[in-house]
Amino acid sequence: MTPFIFTRLAQSVLVLFIMSLLVFGGVNLVGDPVEMLINPEADQAEVERVIRELGLDRPVTEQYWYFLVNAFKGDLGDSFIFGEPALKLIIQRMPATLELALFSLFISLIIAIPLGIYAGYKPDSKTSKIIMGGSILGFSMPTFWVGIIFIMIFAVHLGWLPSTGRGEIGTFLGINSSLFTLNGLSHVFLPALNLALFKISSVIRLTRAGTREIILQDYITFARSKGLSEKRIVLVHILKNILIPIVTVVGLEFGSLIAFSTVTETVFAWPGMGKLIIDSIYNLDRPVIVAYLMIIVTFFVFLNLIVDILYTFLDPRVRIKGDNQ
Amino acid sequence: MNPKIKKIKEFWKDFSSNKVAVVSLIVFMLILFVAVFAPLVSPTNPYDLNTVSIMNSRLAPFSEDFSGNYFLLGTDGAGRDMVSAIFYGLRVSLGVGVLSGIFALIIGSFFGISAAFFGGKYESVVMRIVDIQLSFPSILVALIILAAFGKGVEKTIIALILVQWAYYARTARSSALVELNKEYVDAARCLAFSNTRIMFKHILPNCMAPLIVVGTLQTAHAISLEATLSFLGLGLPITEPSLGLLIGNGFEYMYSGDYWISIFPGVALLITVASINLVGDHLRDMFNPRLH
Repeated sequence: MTPFIFTRLAQSVLVLFIMSLLVFGGVNLVGDPVEMLINPEADQAEVERVIRELGLDRPVTEQYWYFLVNAFKGDLGDSFIFGEPALKLIIQRMPATLELALFSLFISLIIAIPLGIYAGYKPDSKTSKIIMGGSILGFSMPTFWVGIIFIMIFAVHLGWLPSTGRGEIGTFLGINSSLFTLNGLSHVFLPALNLALFKISSVIRLTRAGTREIILQDYITFARSKGLSEKRIVLVHILKNILIPIVTVVGLEFGSLIAFSTVTETVFAWPGMGKLIIDSIYNLDRPVIVAYLMIIVTFFVFLNLIVDILYTFLDPRVRIKGDNQ
Repeated sequence: MNPKIKKIKEFWKDFSSNKVAVVSLIVFMLILFVAVFAPLVSPTNPYDLNTVSIMNSRLAPFSEDFSGNYFLLGTDGAGRDMVSAIFYGLRVSLGVGVLSGIFALIIGSFFGISAAFFGGKYESVVMRIVDIQLSFPSILVALIILAAFGKGVEKTIIALILVQWAYYARTARSSALVELNKEYVDAARCLAFSNTRIMFKHILPNCMAPLIVVGTLQTAHAISLEATLSFLGLGLPITEPSLGLLIGNGFEYMYSGDYWISIFPGVALLITVASINLVGDHLRDMFNPRLH
């Protein structure tokens, strides 16, 4: 177990290092941020002063070295636009993104698991075929376009729900979130449903596939021959066994919800990290771009590590294989 | 009968058992036709400044301008006919999607098959990279490339190739591992054929079925991803107006109720992606021995 975790940890650090090289190198090849920042009427001396101030007159390798050293101290540079530390900007916007992703994860599980089990339990029924057809449609629908349609129907046409921004923020158990106020919930509902759409489709398919395989297992036949009710078989035997793959995927999906929230946040003008990165890319705000990408890659690398470790606990077969190595 | 024709006939018999898949294939063929012959089938050239008039800006569907031109799906903010804009947009979207798919297929199957063939350290390094890459969501991989290197046609295609190749590599390796145990590979080895020849002339053709399944589903995914990136303003430049850009252009008019500028390109995108997905889904079921 321990060597497994160590190898994985070393690998994660290597991935982060390569990513920092790629991102930092790439960002420094594109565009000229000075042009965007400086008043076009500024004279040559002023331009040079700004370039020196931002450290852009140094060779890229030297800039990278400073970036790495500072990154270890928890300093990812100051935003060119806001003049504040990039890390602070991102952390300020993190709660908005996290609450959007959590709420949409909640929506997708509530909808997808029952539908998926049904479709796997009765694969030939009409309802199941409709569910599966719907899930292919959900896969095929571009998220941003569905978001636009939601805005058109629920905000512009019916006027039921607000379409932009985050609502009032309430406090519960010391946590500030817009999920605790009615106004906040009305704001989060459309973007969260939009973000959930793709997950709903994938969790339905996963649950269905899992159910179909489990139903053929001996222990289900055994449970049936013991005379257990179908309700108990579905709710206990099938649900419990299906949770292993779902836990893994949900863990991984949570990361992809955060990644996909860039799209949803842009459509619904949700003030989270995703919108920040898109705005920063437009403004060539290099430190924020680099900081965001590094933070999200770190997040992913460790999320995967945790899921891998959890998985070895949930499924003993993986553990035994790992120990043999 | 020629065995090849017989095989195709059997395949078609199997494929046509699913009506939805057949309809989807026909729909996709139509879309492909429109995309390839866009300049011929479009009512107007939406990017010819002589025929586009700003006076026709944001006309509703089924309307006519003063000179009697009919706009079935209305016009966009610059007065372009939406039908033509969508046809040209399909051309760009499908072009980028299919091109990146083909490159990813070549790169992915090369690494997948060679990993299975040579094994050892090489295999574990390649497959480790594949695993790591697949642990990141596709949009993040594309975002990293485009945020770091900027937008553009080539960069979008490179990002889409990078997103997809790992899926092909994994599929190619797992089917190549099965093929490697078969006798024809031993026979080819006994004849002292070169490794390259065994890998790509003997093993590759036998791995094609699963690769085609992955290929259809991945191409649909790539088209959708490109639209998303272009909508965000990170993908294709304005000079290559794909469906995603058209939807993005219409987004600003949404709040004033001019729904058609965003909705219709989106419908075209949805039909394209859904038809490819439905065909791919059926192909996967056909090739999956566990379901038979």
